Amino acid sequence: MKKSRSIIALLLVLVMALSPVVLGGSVKAETADSGKVLNIWGWNEEFKGLFETYFQGAGLVPEDVEVRFTIVPSTDNAYQNALDQALLDQENAADDDKIDLFLLEADYALKYVDSDFTLDIMNDVGLTEEDLAGQYKYTQEIVTDGNGAIKGTSWQATPGLFAYRRSIALDVLGTDDPEAVQEALSDWDKFAAVAEQMAAKDYKMLSGFDDAYRPFSNNMTNPWVDENNVINLDENMVKWIELTKDFTDKGYHNKSRLWDDQWSADQGPGSNVFGFFYSTWGINFTLLGNALEDPEAEQAVGNGIYGDYAVVEGPQNFYWGGSWLAAAAGSDNLGLVRDIMYTMTCDKDTMQQITKDTQDFTNHEEAMAELAADDEFASAFLGGQNHIALFVESAKGIDMSNMSAYDQGMNENLQEAFVDYFNGNVDYDTALDNFYTAVIETYPDLTRPE
Amino acid sequence: MPVDKANRVLRYVILILLSVLCLFSFYILIVNSTRLHSQIQKGFSILPDNFFTRNLNNVLANKEVPVVKGIINSLFVAGASALLATYFSALTAFSIHIYEFRFKKLVFTFIMMIMMIPAQVSALGFLRWMSSLNMLDSLVPLFLPSVASPIVFYFMYSYMQSNLPKAVIEASRMDGASEFRTFNRVVIPIMKPALAVQAIFTFVGSWNNYFIPSLLLRSKEKKTMPILVAQLRSADYLKFDMGQVYTLIFLAIIPIIVIYILLSKYIVRGVAVGSVKE
Amino acid sequence: MKMLSSQKRNSISYKKWGYIFLVPFFVVYTVFSLIPLFSTVYYSFFENYMSGLKQIGPNYVGIENYKTILLETDLPKYAFNTIFIWLLGFIPQIVVAMILAIWFTSLKIKLRFTGFFKTVIYMPNLIMAAAFAMLFWALFSDIGPINNLLVAMGYERISFLQNVAGTRGLVALMNFLMWFGNTTIILMAGIMGIDNSILEAAQIDGASTWRTFWDVTIPSIKPILVYVLITSLIGGLQMFDVPQILTNSSGGPNRTSMTMIMYLNKHLFSKNFGLAGALSVILFIVTAILSVIIYRNLTEREPKPVKLKGGEH
Repeated sequence: MKKSRSIIALLLVLVMALSPVVLGGSVKAETADSGKVLNIWGWNEEFKGLFETYFQGAGLVPEDVEVRFTIVPSTDNAYQNALDQALLDQENAADDDKIDLFLLEADYALKYVDSDFTLDIMNDVGLTEEDLAGQYKYTQEIVTDGNGAIKGTSWQATPGLFAYRRSIALDVLGTDDPEAVQEALSDWDKFAAVAEQMAAKDYKMLSGFDDAYRPFSNNMTNPWVDENNVINLDENMVKWIELTKDFTDKGYHNKSRLWDDQWSADQGPGSNVFGFFYSTWGINFTLLGNALEDPEAEQAVGNGIYGDYAVVEGPQNFYWGGSWLAAAAGSDNLGLVRDIMYTMTCDKDTMQQITKDTQDFTNHEEAMAELAADDEFASAFLGGQNHIALFVESAKGIDMSNMSAYDQGMNENLQEAFVDYFNGNVDYDTALDNFYTAVIETYPDLTRPE
Repeated sequence: MPVDKANRVLRYVILILLSVLCLFSFYILIVNSTRLHSQIQKGFSILPDNFFTRNLNNVLANKEVPVVKGIINSLFVAGASALLATYFSALTAFSIHIYEFRFKKLVFTFIMMIMMIPAQVSALGFLRWMSSLNMLDSLVPLFLPSVASPIVFYFMYSYMQSNLPKAVIEASRMDGASEFRTFNRVVIPIMKPALAVQAIFTFVGSWNNYFIPSLLLRSKEKKTMPILVAQLRSADYLKFDMGQVYTLIFLAIIPIIVIYILLSKYIVRGVAVGSVKE
Repeated sequence: MKMLSSQKRNSISYKKWGYIFLVPFFVVYTVFSLIPLFSTVYYSFFENYMSGLKQIGPNYVGIENYKTILLETDLPKYAFNTIFIWLLGFIPQIVVAMILAIWFTSLKIKLRFTGFFKTVIYMPNLIMAAAFAMLFWALFSDIGPINNLLVAMGYERISFLQNVAGTRGLVALMNFLMWFGNTTIILMAGIMGIDNSILEAAQIDGASTWRTFWDVTIPSIKPILVYVLITSLIGGLQMFDVPQILTNSSGGPNRTSMTMIMYLNKHLFSKNFGLAGALSVILFIVTAILSVIIYRNLTEREPKPVKLKGGEH
């Protein structure tokens, strides 16, 4: 009998002891509404870090303004669910709770851009054409709505490259020189021919099914959905399917999926994989980390395959990833929002500094061109190559006019549905059928092509 | 008795195998929390490394992941849920088990029906409704609904059917106790094993719940542990660090293991002594 | 029986307490669950979803959503997946749990260290499903330790998550590991509630362990057993997080591990209140029918339950 009470007592004590801590906090927070609050929403802390260093850190936030970041993880679509609900409630929210600025990814940017919940960064927010002139055009195309209004702006440009192993190139192609290798990989037919040579020497051209996806998907000839809401499987995607099926059947890759263990291991010492399609952000962080034998030892030649990678443009220019800033309709801090957008995504000096500090490739053509010409920017990891110079070239060729609001669901579902086809679990028609089914679940307003 | 002895050995072998299976995951979690991101990315290791303190410091230094606050929030929500669910489910079951009233069958059938409704079914309606009640970013909708826990109710009811003789209630009434007092002083002690079992289940379920909190919670002061773990897992490429993720999972498991061991001792001993038989 | 008259009198005078004790449950249920639930059922008769941030509908469409779900989708396939994977995990789970519960409670077997074993078997449930799935991913990946072991033993590598049996098997294995301890604890609580004198009497009568088990233990714990069956069935039909995380929400390969709730979850992405509502109602009806069948079969056909000490039926 005593025990039954002690268990309840234990729980009671726990709850009572904690309740002032937990519930008390909210009361204080609600009454502390003195002055203006700048609300910024995102799914991770990437922008928060930059903002605190280059904007808040530079003393650009007025003293009477409190900056409040709300971070909701993107797992299970939680970020968009929370953001959508908050935007729909925006009208009735207290001024201090209204979202002012929020972050977006390219794959779903148009969902917000094509709505009244985002503001035109020129006509509504107040950035000028001159302010935006330095940016890469494709970063603006991605967030331009049907009426031509630009509804977002990014501090990053994320052109992609093909990173390959110099030692394997030397063994198979007889040269590791980037120009010669680029010549050998300059279109998809040549790419496949090299893959065959690789296989002959027991190497794998790629790591897995999805590796070549982005170069195809971010070069589509038509948007995913036509004006009648009918799904359009672009000829470029058909090419990706054919190429990946062919590579799978011939054993040109290790059947990994993006980000899985095999994929990471394939980038490291002891791997037989020739190369990876990667974007700006991937090379100095993901690829470099994976290439080391001993993560604790100095990052230098001799540690794993450090210095054995090089980059080329590959068969096609493409981009992969990136984050955009959007101003929320109903914001009560538009002046400050403009200043943030200007400093973080238009100001040449700030952006060049970000690249110098973080190696991230920023969205200012001139600033990047200067670094491209700077010999100090040679990357020891890439065997002395200046990858910024290549990125500058690659970024010019990106064409993103065929984005749609549906890209996120299309990309995820197409990769998932066709793995079964590549593996031989189902035939082409079944995989395609599964893809259409999955997409229409995600976007009920779409229909299958006849 | 060689057959008996062989049986005994066999039983221990099976138990040890199952225990190894059960503890193995914990072992790997701990091992991974001592490894660096790049090591974890390259695959599996059976041996620990010595980077635990570094991972721990990285997690604790991360201002967007307030671990201590997260543990406090989780303890509060899970503790309150366990308390409310067990007490009120026992009360509800008591009502159905002991009293005779007109709508009893209907009420029982109703609760059994709603038990079959998955949480996902009304999640979006729930989110909308909480939004209109101004209860977003509040911990209240995470624990208060536990008062109505059909599954816990059903367990309490089944347990009462086997273990709560109506004569006991009669006896208490004869002593002049009020119904409420009878419930608190007589029924609750008899229900002790059931309460402990369901307190653990509810506590664990609430502690690990991600779906509903992820829809409701916004500010970092309110976040519970699973949300923080998910947040670390969706960190940007600059900060993405599986070492930190595993360390945080490890930190999230410690309090629940402590609570579990406290309560499980109670189950193991408490049931054996048995409150019914005395 | 002799108490019947006094009980009747009592239940009349005490009956208001029956209602009073129900109040907290029903107030809270109404506020937090019933209202959202009504909107779920209500919207199942409407076309109502989000296209991006644009609200489509609500337009009344009658039973159109039900027709769509029942006639145009692969719901039967997902129902089969769900039940198949559930049984794959549940059958070993109930067998193992029953055996362990008997070992732990038997006066004859008298195992040592049961405190340790009892504590350990529930522990996998303490880990978040997401973390558990991450571990399984690493263990069974193409370069994981299981595959390395296979290679060392001279077999070929298996891409577990890229073939049907592998994926379903892993989901079932995880479900088994996460839940067999839970079931054991519940069954133990039931068995310990049995009056020892009944068991002792059976043993004195010379009944074999097997006979005691079937004739005394099983009937005595019938309510708990029904509870386990029904809650496992409901839990099984609601299977979601493990396959969701393990297959990265695709239910692959070829949707063979797509469960009904995963399918429902797909409609939540687009906030498709119409289709999701109709699907929910259908799921609810299916679950209710199955539960009623089990409940009826197990509780009413039983000739005469063994009388528990002091208990009345």
